[in-house]
Amino acid sequence: MRHLLSPEDFTVQELDQLFDLAADIESNMGRYAHVCDGRILATCFYEPSTRTRLSFESAMHRLGGSVLGFADASNSSASKGESVADTIRVVSCYSDICAIRHPKEGAAAVAAQFSRIPVINAGDGGHQHPTQTLTDLLTIRSLKGRLSELSIGLCGDLKFGRTVHSLIHAMSRYANIRFYFISPPELRVPDYITDKLREMNIPFEEVIRLEDVLGDLDLLYMTRVQKERFFNEEDYIRLKDFYILDEEKMRLAREDMQILHPLPRVNEISVELDKDPRAAYFRQVQYGVYVRMALIMTLLSLKAE
Amino acid sequence: MLNVGKIEEGFVLDHIKAGRSLSIYHYLGLDRLDCPVAIIKNARSDVMGKKDILKVECSIDALDLDVLAFLDHDITVNVIKNGEIVEKKTLPLPKEIRGVIHCSNPRCITSVERGLPHIFYLADEEKGTYRCRYCDERFHETDASVKY
Repeated sequence: MRHLLSPEDFTVQELDQLFDLAADIESNMGRYAHVCDGRILATCFYEPSTRTRLSFESAMHRLGGSVLGFADASNSSASKGESVADTIRVVSCYSDICAIRHPKEGAAAVAAQFSRIPVINAGDGGHQHPTQTLTDLLTIRSLKGRLSELSIGLCGDLKFGRTVHSLIHAMSRYANIRFYFISPPELRVPDYITDKLREMNIPFEEVIRLEDVLGDLDLLYMTRVQKERFFNEEDYIRLKDFYILDEEKMRLAREDMQILHPLPRVNEISVELDKDPRAAYFRQVQYGVYVRMALIMTLLSLKAE
Repeated sequence: MLNVGKIEEGFVLDHIKAGRSLSIYHYLGLDRLDCPVAIIKNARSDVMGKKDILKVECSIDALDLDVLAFLDHDITVNVIKNGEIVEKKTLPLPKEIRGVIHCSNPRCITSVERGLPHIFYLADEEKGTYRCRYCDERFHETDASVKY
């Protein structure tokens, strides 16, 4: 039985197969409408996340399956003090596959340890959010036609942003990738990641001003400064609007550069850019459903008729 | 000079940092074994100034010494059979450490989940870096203490 706890749980070849399946789902949605008939997905969300939860639920419904679960810890037995291990043992009796989100890092790994059904990590605190990474990779592959030979800018909260960390790890496995890390000094990429990139001889630059590198990028991955990752509200208020991408800055970008964002957006991308053909963040949401459909099928070893 | 008699079969753990022999004694579970153990504290050492030594008379299969390398790199393990040293062991860093050190990351699931063993994996053999199996937080000796 397989789980997805980290994007590295799948080899590059397995990811290719997953993305091929997701691409086929995109083109032939009807073929997959009954693949999960009679199957149940449990969504165990110990912290609120409308987008990720709805994306999983949409994916399962589009495959013909059903969904049960809870949307925050106060509605679950966790509020009575039940452990993750006990919860997943119980959920294993009710469903065929489980997506779990928990504020504590490593919670999904604990669930996988005690589960009788495949577990998908739908976010464990600031640690991993692999299905967002799979969404990002599928979006990049679909829009750029490749996952190698790319200059990727990551902008915003690069310190606490788990989607950023996962994306860096995931893209590091492809050839000829160059990273541009754009952040205020307080929110720089952690040293263990830059150390690893140096070891792997993957080129990267750390800059403060977005304008300095915007013209060099194939992709710009914007992130939100997340309030819940800060212990100190003053720091959050000082840093939350450090970057705002607008039409003026986008004049510096290439015509084929794509803007990605894990959403929700606050102020970091001006709404006037939504009509710019390079704004790919809502298409990214759609790819999130396709890749989750492909993932559910893969972990349940299901194929279309 | 203090003299402690020879042992017939077992181990002599030499070059233990002065003052740490009792910690090692507890970690290896020697308090639970019904065998002769000599704890020598603050023995004179040309190289270390002072050192501790543990002499344990037991079957050589009775102890799991893997974690010693993590606890103290400089410990020498002499294996004794028939009263003679038959092997001087150099211990590689263990691939996994279970239930010895605690994760200090307050965001880690181990901080709230009951009955979960604290497990660390060897992330970088060259640097001797260990990371928590659950949250990947690096173990810093200053953050956590060995737990018995």
